[in-house]
Amino acid sequence: MKIDYYALGLKVGLECHQQLATRGKLFCSCKPYLFKGEPEIIFLRRLRPTQSELGQVDPAAFFEFQKGMKILYEADAETSCLVEMDEEPPHELNREALDVSLTIALMMNAKPVDEIYVMRKIVIDGSNTTGFQRTCVVAVDGSINVDGKNVPIQHICLEEDAARKIGEEGFLIRYRIDRLGIPLVEITTGPVINTPEEAERVALAIGKILRSTKRVKRGIGTIRQDLNISIRDGALVEIKGVQDLELISKVVEFEVQRQLNLLKIRDELRRRGLREDELKGEFFDVTSVFRETRCQILRRAISQGKIILAVKLPKLAGLLGFELTPGLRFGGELADRARFWGRVGGILHTDELKSYGVSDEEISELRRSVGAGEEDAVVIVADKIENASDALKAVVERVREAINGVPEETRAANPDGTTRYMRPRPGAARMYPETDVPPIKITREHLERLRAQLPEPPEEKIKRLMSSYGINEKLARQLLDMEYDDLFEFTVKETNVTPTVAAATLTETFKALKREGVKIENLTDEQIVEIFKIVALEKTSKESIPEIVKWLTEHEGSSPMDAIKELGLTMVSEEKLKSLIEEYLDKNRDLISERKLGAIGALMGIIMKDLRGKAKPELVNKILREKLEERLKG
Amino acid sequence: MPIGGSKVGERLPGYRGLALKMLLEAGADIGDLIRIVKDNVVLEGILIPRSEYSDDKHVVIKSRSGYNIGVEITPATRVERIRAEMKPLFAPPPPPEQRAGLPKVTILSTGGTIASRVDYRTGAVRPVISASDLYSIVPELSDIALIDAEILFSIFSEDLTPKHWSAMARAAADHISRGVDGVVITHGTDTMGYSAAALSFALQNLPVPVVFVGAQRSEDRPSSDAPMNLIGAVYAASRAPFAEVTVAMHETPSDEAIIIHRGTKVRKCHTSRRDAFKTVNSKPLARIVNNKIFILANNYQPRDLERKIILRSEFDERAALIKFYPGMNPKIIDWYVSEGYRGIVLEGTGLGHARRECFPAIRRAIDAGVIVAMTSQCIWGRVNMNVYSNGRDLLSIGVIPLGDMLAETALVKMMWCLAQSKSIDDAKNLLIANIANEFSDRTVEHFEPPKFSRREGALEIEN
Repeated sequence: MKIDYYALGLKVGLECHQQLATRGKLFCSCKPYLFKGEPEIIFLRRLRPTQSELGQVDPAAFFEFQKGMKILYEADAETSCLVEMDEEPPHELNREALDVSLTIALMMNAKPVDEIYVMRKIVIDGSNTTGFQRTCVVAVDGSINVDGKNVPIQHICLEEDAARKIGEEGFLIRYRIDRLGIPLVEITTGPVINTPEEAERVALAIGKILRSTKRVKRGIGTIRQDLNISIRDGALVEIKGVQDLELISKVVEFEVQRQLNLLKIRDELRRRGLREDELKGEFFDVTSVFRETRCQILRRAISQGKIILAVKLPKLAGLLGFELTPGLRFGGELADRARFWGRVGGILHTDELKSYGVSDEEISELRRSVGAGEEDAVVIVADKIENASDALKAVVERVREAINGVPEETRAANPDGTTRYMRPRPGAARMYPETDVPPIKITREHLERLRAQLPEPPEEKIKRLMSSYGINEKLARQLLDMEYDDLFEFTVKETNVTPTVAAATLTETFKALKREGVKIENLTDEQIVEIFKIVALEKTSKESIPEIVKWLTEHEGSSPMDAIKELGLTMVSEEKLKSLIEEYLDKNRDLISERKLGAIGALMGIIMKDLRGKAKPELVNKILREKLEERLKG
Repeated sequence: MPIGGSKVGERLPGYRGLALKMLLEAGADIGDLIRIVKDNVVLEGILIPRSEYSDDKHVVIKSRSGYNIGVEITPATRVERIRAEMKPLFAPPPPPEQRAGLPKVTILSTGGTIASRVDYRTGAVRPVISASDLYSIVPELSDIALIDAEILFSIFSEDLTPKHWSAMARAAADHISRGVDGVVITHGTDTMGYSAAALSFALQNLPVPVVFVGAQRSEDRPSSDAPMNLIGAVYAASRAPFAEVTVAMHETPSDEAIIIHRGTKVRKCHTSRRDAFKTVNSKPLARIVNNKIFILANNYQPRDLERKIILRSEFDERAALIKFYPGMNPKIIDWYVSEGYRGIVLEGTGLGHARRECFPAIRRAIDAGVIVAMTSQCIWGRVNMNVYSNGRDLLSIGVIPLGDMLAETALVKMMWCLAQSKSIDDAKNLLIANIANEFSDRTVEHFEPPKFSRREGALEIEN
């Protein structure tokens, strides 16, 4: 079935986060890289919620505190200093990062603010040692053109990346702070995107502009998308951390599906006449019902001294098993909340109890214990009393929200494009000024200087590459995508190599080699230029390039000349070629006498098999033809 | 005793010149939603106060997304007031209920980072929170003690003077004689070591502990060390077996252990770290982990509610701390003498030395009745003026060596001795007497806590 997203009133806004390739971090001079291996520094912290300058406490922040988490931070001395440890105030805002973000702002026709204020955005899940992320609006009110449509850019922010989570054991979360403080630029579009596919195209267009600055990081995890998605009658849901561009349209499709199904549940609950006051949130200790149960999960829980707590969900029979998106049932949404608020492993409900080995007698006894009829559902959870009742409170709250449709919340993207509950949506209350960094004035002169050096917009550059170098559009686009466009132009100007050879090598050849597992990223620009230089000087043939590249990536610090010597790919001189061809002709007398001039194709095959990379085929062909004609005449 | 304190803000704090004029014309107040139209750009947001050190050309607004931005005001800019919004106001949650039957602790608030929040006048942090605010922000305190809070001052510690030490000592003694189980003094960290030394001398015969506490990260951030330090301090004040003047701060960068230092032996040794305070030339007194106290030095004065406190709260400010440096002009010493100073603590080099060129000036000072004492700028170790002739000569001139006493403690003690003595000889005798563990006879191998997980009483991570 084709979904008419326009009719559903789909609105999507993107928040694109891109790491910048600066020398230092945003507020200190640490190396903006990740470390591998064992940490040199370990420390333990707790974070508390605080009030904003407007005197409000953010509910999301308060909630994360309630969970009582402790955080273990890991660091090494190269990538972290006292600033990341929150043991020293931030240094001044990195001017290099500021210039890159302003450049991006200007390319997106945004208006830089007159004075930049660094803010603290409260995040107390531990991903920032301070308990807040430092962030600032650099420019507002821009727009980009995506396939003829004007997409407004609301904000361009410069902010510090967060620490990366590497594990969680009960009440302890582990983070590495190497990533903390790497400059990120955040591009926020207006909610004007109307289809899943359009969301992907807008993200792609933003990515191209970012990369055209040549000052952004490449590779997995260096660009992350958050999506704000809503449909008519649904709610604004923020989905965080989509790393793969190709996943964007899928995430949007699934979220629309989820919201539509939640609306179906709302309608069904209304039809069944469920009122909010019927959701009493009375919990029953039903441990005794399951003393002799054959359900493994419950048996184990009871033997560990946990209790089984139950709540009746009136009129919800059959709805908990309703599938919202592939693999996610409505009961799964309840379980997500229970896990988050109650720190329990999960929940069980009457729609699925039988499949877990609970007997019919136990189910009827359970229903009796909580006063549930056939039209009601019962949710049970096995844990310590506080955790279990927190979990069930969250379950009841989620059902209450279901009566009204779709709850506003922040969700996290799974690798398959589905999502899971992350936390309630944070409000503006979680922002307050970073008083350790003074405001920064952006002067007209500064902007003029940046404007004079703006990179060429990607679409214009593609057109220019095509017209100036005679390469086709596909090659031109690939050069930009792979960020070889500048190297391509430099090479063609410096080496007289044929533009199409250079472009095809940098794109198609390199891609093919990558697929074979060749580490192209080990190749330096100097080595690449040198390869084209020796091809242009006919020291070797263009056919040898893949072998040379492969050899160079395996022999660090070597030159392309070393490669052709080692691999025996030096060109055979014309004199030598002539005598070699004579030898081939001698060896193939029968063939020649049989096919006459028609033998040339077969001979070319035989000769080039041996001389591939050592002789230009055109030259071999010319000499062969001359010699053959000579022989046939004589 | 009103010392310092904040000015009552004017209507549009920080705004001057053209920006102020435009805002007044628009009838805008701090906290109002305003609209700024400029070069065809329309910006809306809540008007935020501006730092008084900033220029007069920008207006700061908080946009709907929560970000603050500065907008340059030109004669062509239009400013409109839309409506009133929430005012920037700090409203702490209501304090938790006091539970009867718990030990009684008084929190005396003096200011500093532990009691500071964002100041929109300067854009920096500034002390404003009262002791009862701290209590409401750290509700765990209600499980530990019955708290009585009093604001003594609200100033940064670098602005404190010996007069403030006297006031702190009097207030602490007053509460103690009314029968509290302990006193906590919240204090800026910069000069907390000086104040702790001062009260160590001023509060004699203590029946209960007096615990100074500060923070290196302001209370308004989630990662602040203030709550944990405060909990540790109140815990020590209410339950520690010792009755001494101490300092409670983080032991390491981790939120794991609070270390209790003796007031006379503690020094701020780092500008910004949580564990900036170190006990020098001795062991810290105790460590608190998970509301358990581990005693590290057994020679303490035990808690005894029957003991009657003796208050000796006067300090003579005519004492100076002079750091000797290569090429120091001896006239510096002469200047202090001519200004009527009665005591000089020298921070000499190494074992307690100064340039020979300074000797005549030192002799002139001593001849004029000034007490001259020697400490070392090495911080760690004790002075020994018998090893080199330079030291022996200084001794013969009459310079008093102060063993392993911290230079800062020595200055405080000099001020106290001068105020407590009728004659120079009395003051000298008092100076070299061990009053509050400011001297230690033995220095053992430098005390360094073992690493993270192996430490005595280290926090076990729950699973």
